[in-house]
Amino acid sequence: MLGLVSEMGFLATSFVVSLGQLGVFAGRIAGALVRPPVRVRELVLEIYKLGVLSVSVVVVAGLAVGMVLGLQGYSILARFGAAESLGSVVGLSLLRELGPVLTALLVTGRAGSATTAEIGTMVATEQLDGLRMMSVDPVHYIVVPRALGLALVMPLLSALFITCGIAGGWLVGVLLMGLDSGRYLTSLQGSTEFVNDVVGSFVKAAVFGVIVGLVATWRGWRSEPTSAGVSAATTSTVVIGSLSILLGDYMITALWGL
Amino acid sequence: MERSGTRDVAVGLFLLAGILAAGFLSLRVGGFTLTKPDMITVYASFDEIGGLKPRAPVVISGYKVGEVRGIGLDQNSRARVTMELDASIQYPVDTSASIVTSGVLGDRYVSLQLGGEDAMLKHGDTLQYTESAVLLERLLGKFIHNADVGGDPK
Amino acid sequence: MPAAADPHVALRHVQHSFGRRVIFQDLSCEAPAGQLTVVVGGSGSGKSTLLRLIGGLIRPRSGEVLVEGRDITKLREWQLKEVRLGLGMLFQNGALLDSLSVFANVSFPLREHTDLDEAAIAETVHESLARTGLKDVDDLLPPQLSGGMRKRVALARAIVRRPHVLLCDEPFSGLDPISALRIERLLMDLNESGLTLLVVSHDAPSTQRMADRVLVLLPGQCVQGTPAQLLEHEDPRVRALLGEAIDPALVAAEEEH
Repeated sequence: MLGLVSEMGFLATSFVVSLGQLGVFAGRIAGALVRPPVRVRELVLEIYKLGVLSVSVVVVAGLAVGMVLGLQGYSILARFGAAESLGSVVGLSLLRELGPVLTALLVTGRAGSATTAEIGTMVATEQLDGLRMMSVDPVHYIVVPRALGLALVMPLLSALFITCGIAGGWLVGVLLMGLDSGRYLTSLQGSTEFVNDVVGSFVKAAVFGVIVGLVATWRGWRSEPTSAGVSAATTSTVVIGSLSILLGDYMITALWGL
Repeated sequence: MERSGTRDVAVGLFLLAGILAAGFLSLRVGGFTLTKPDMITVYASFDEIGGLKPRAPVVISGYKVGEVRGIGLDQNSRARVTMELDASIQYPVDTSASIVTSGVLGDRYVSLQLGGEDAMLKHGDTLQYTESAVLLERLLGKFIHNADVGGDPK
Repeated sequence: MPAAADPHVALRHVQHSFGRRVIFQDLSCEAPAGQLTVVVGGSGSGKSTLLRLIGGLIRPRSGEVLVEGRDITKLREWQLKEVRLGLGMLFQNGALLDSLSVFANVSFPLREHTDLDEAAIAETVHESLARTGLKDVDDLLPPQLSGGMRKRVALARAIVRRPHVLLCDEPFSGLDPISALRIERLLMDLNESGLTLLVVSHDAPSTQRMADRVLVLLPGQCVQGTPAQLLEHEDPRVRALLGEAIDPALVAAEEEH
């Protein structure tokens, strides 16, 4: 019994310690962000690796989710004779929740884990120490472009996801179910507001981007310099990142009053 | 870092696609307008608004001319609806407002029927003629009551 | 620049341990300026740790680490950056940035810390690579290189900005005898031109040939001296690490070097 309590106490303290380490790490990133030189080439490369290479996943997933929303939404709404509101159902679900959250989960799994593996391998092969010995701050050269890249691509990918989702809903509703195209769009426009829905959607995506950027780079940074260590770090990125996104989603939704 | 032409182009296209998608969502879906058309605020009181919500559209013959901004109670405990209307349109002072439903179980919105007077509504005016929302329960209640009248008194 | 007799790098009463394992109890040793000092010791004796302490990558539990007269244990990270500008380090596995080409790797320190134009950078990089015996490798990526080539590229990178002190962690391990000899010659040439070297090595024969001074790390103590002195040392471990059972005449011939 006592063992269980001390076990829990240990978990609690190590959780708090980890949180503190993450905070310190985030502080180092923030400090490096404002220090010149600005590494544009590295940032562009990261945007390519994290954003461009995620586009196909995001587009396909967005279309698929939109089409499912269209099917499910139509069948439920049609029961109440409210099939014309399909546009608004699809649009609002995507904008407020499914777009930012699903995009963030996809990106965490794809780009986030890749980033963790990359940095973890660099730790294992002493590349980070090599940079230090050349008087280059590894946080500035390696971590910042990746964390910043993840934060920047997230809102863009989320917008792509939502747009494809709306298109998917349109494909099902209009082409498959025979709804009027104009009504789909008007119902969509009529129920969505710029500030609360669209801006809120981007804010969520941006916050998720920062979360994933921090978690992915941090887990890579702290990984054990062995193959098993890198693998464990990658897994923890997906787990911690996903949980943080879902928790963060609740907190933002509650605070924003949506 | 090696320069890669194709990679830079790909990043540029990606950023462009993302910004276009964001723009589409903002402008065509969210209805963001850089230039807000001039609006006038008018008021209308109803006995029953039946689920009308702020941001509900105000339409004339199906064309959106404004939005419901707020709902409150007036001195006579009737529901007072505040509406913002496109100022580029002229609304005669005897224009009437009715609360209608989109579909059977859809959202409520306000439909305006333009009147015939020469004088036009100004900012801050109140509409005189209103038609309250039809509540399905009342309709059914009336139907049942009428049916009962023919039979045993309740 | 410190006088020739001044220690370029010195440790004073350094204590360090990893968890419960004590690496150094009370280590005091020095690498004199302008000399080639080789560090030998059994596996796990702390040779790599020693280099990392000098590079400031690890901080000792107590004691002083002096580099060019400054105690680096008292310095903050940004101050260490300055100190490291005068150092070059060759890691055991090269530690090259594996997503960059050979040229990009070797030119990296130049781009970061100098204002040289592209032509000057290219000239310096090729000169550095040529000294390690490499040509026409600019566009290769580290994963495409053999272990020996990787070490040579890393060495080229470490010397490209002409550091004052060069730290080498087992530069000969994994190399064929010809490549190893080439590296040995290069290190001695660098030493000839005034560079202070601190080399960790397992290879006794090359140690005897190139070292001006040897630091022998034994559990709990450090023995220092010239190769000739240490081959006469009373402790058999010291003699063994120096490669005892080699013809003494060879050592005498190298003394003239």
